Amino acid sequence: MAEKRKKKLGIKQRYSMLTRGLSWETTYQDMDKVFPYDKFEGIHIHDWEAWEDPFRLTMDAYWKFQSEKEKKLYAVIDSFAQNNGHLGITDARYVNAIKLFLTGISPAEYQAARGFTHVGRQFRGVGPRVACQMQAIDELRHAQTQIHSMSHYNKYFDGLHSGPYMHDRVWYLSVPKSFFDDARTAGPFEFLTSISFAFEYVLTNLLFVPFMSGAAFNGDMATVTFGFSAQSDEARHMTLGLAVIKFMLEQDERNIPIVQRWMDKWFWRGTRLLTLVAMMMDYMLPKRVMSWREAWDIYFTEAGGALFKDLERYGIRPPKYADIATKEAEHLSHQAWHIFYNYTHAAAFHTWVPEKEELDWLSEKYPNTFDKYYRPRLEYLDKEEKAGRRFYNDTLPMLCQVCQIPMGYTEMDDPTTISFQSSEYKGDKYHTCSLGCKDIFDYEPEKYVQAWLPVHQIYQGNCGGPEIEDVLKWYNFNLGADNLDYSGSPDQKLWNEWQAHRKKA
Amino acid sequence: MSRKVSITLQNNDDARPIIEAIEKDNPDSTVNIYPAMVKIDCEGRLIVKQETVEALLGREWDVQELHLSIVSMAGNVDEEDEYFELSWNL
Repeated sequence: MAEKRKKKLGIKQRYSMLTRGLSWETTYQDMDKVFPYDKFEGIHIHDWEAWEDPFRLTMDAYWKFQSEKEKKLYAVIDSFAQNNGHLGITDARYVNAIKLFLTGISPAEYQAARGFTHVGRQFRGVGPRVACQMQAIDELRHAQTQIHSMSHYNKYFDGLHSGPYMHDRVWYLSVPKSFFDDARTAGPFEFLTSISFAFEYVLTNLLFVPFMSGAAFNGDMATVTFGFSAQSDEARHMTLGLAVIKFMLEQDERNIPIVQRWMDKWFWRGTRLLTLVAMMMDYMLPKRVMSWREAWDIYFTEAGGALFKDLERYGIRPPKYADIATKEAEHLSHQAWHIFYNYTHAAAFHTWVPEKEELDWLSEKYPNTFDKYYRPRLEYLDKEEKAGRRFYNDTLPMLCQVCQIPMGYTEMDDPTTISFQSSEYKGDKYHTCSLGCKDIFDYEPEKYVQAWLPVHQIYQGNCGGPEIEDVLKWYNFNLGADNLDYSGSPDQKLWNEWQAHRKKA
Repeated sequence: MSRKVSITLQNNDDARPIIEAIEKDNPDSTVNIYPAMVKIDCEGRLIVKQETVEALLGREWDVQELHLSIVSMAGNVDEEDEYFELSWNL
């Protein structure tokens, strides 16, 4: 096959031709005025040319591969819709994971697109600008393809009708929203550390990989296809994340402590955000692929461990509180599900007590914690529900000033005590859910005192009115359909009708 | 401590010859099969060779076609016209 191809240029040359020599030193205006944001964070860059994208993807190749991905994806989306693909899922409870995804994650993809569009303009080096511009387009594609894929479910199931609208208002959606707001309002290097490195490289596998595999296992062809189509871009984003970290660390040793602090901060913020995914994996997939704990072991302990070993030579250590986060992997999905079970009347998806086989699965996967702390509570709730006393919590919870999750998480060495931290700033007291969130607050209090905390906003009268029902209407919920238990929901009724019909046929 | 690099590919017709080539060129690798995807782990380093994939496919194969099938990976990337390699600095 030696003579098969006469390449015009090798991959390295092509990359160099299309990412180098495209820019110039401005003379009418000072470069610092043209690129006003890439110095104030204290990151020192001496040689922007040292930036190298390991994938060496050029714009022409980028368009070629992306269009091929899109063609494949839209063929599947069409066929899924034409063939009533929603009838093939394992159980209608599964769709609640999709609801959480569409309202919580897809708008975050759009936020990422905005962020990368911004930083894709702000670096004075051409290499990172090109990489960020490609990623901006990717992220926009992800938001669009997710909305297209899931729009089919919106024809039949509740809670999917107002994703972006809800994202800006609903209490639990302020968790992903505030995460991206925080990243986008940071400087460009911190933004890349937060999204490209901490989120994409260290944590995104925990979001997409087991979840999409779970979608496949549960017959959700649409989600698997958009998920893997997006994930094929993520692999490139991950290399960008690692490239930017090494670039900063190699340029100047003064960058090391800044990068380390960002890693600590964004690792912690990321683990908090991913609690929603932990809960999806352990509770919302009718057929489960692996537990959150197992996913954590594979993707953080093993893959992350090897990564941080690699960064050791730069003087970087694993993120602060990684040990606590690993302990949390035994607890968080159960604690988060409990919070949502308490507040399902105020959520746009349904919850339930897992069935016996599902409880047995959790007992098996969490031998150290589930039977001791969580199973008895779920069994009690089930008993109450069957006796006609389904418990809903009518008091609004206190939220963490940083991650905005209700302050329901416990101390990891004592899961019967709520973890409760506080800081004073300018005479006011602020509460955080963990040492990780407290550190973040204490370093930049001026930023976090401005947080738009849904519960505070409700009490201040900014969310539609004083009663829960007023607030839910302001959220644009269809009351009695979007919210409350799965048991007795219109979703369940419709699903049961389909199943009865199938048996008859 | 274990220093595994890893590549995850979709379990579909485009990716199967790539997976087979990886198994051939990295005899110490471990192949984990999950619903819809295949995760291949290997201690220290893992290589995808254009030559091997082309021989299995029976057509020319651009290493960047990996972009169509890749789901995730762990390791430092080194990509050339003839190969795609993942490694940790040992």
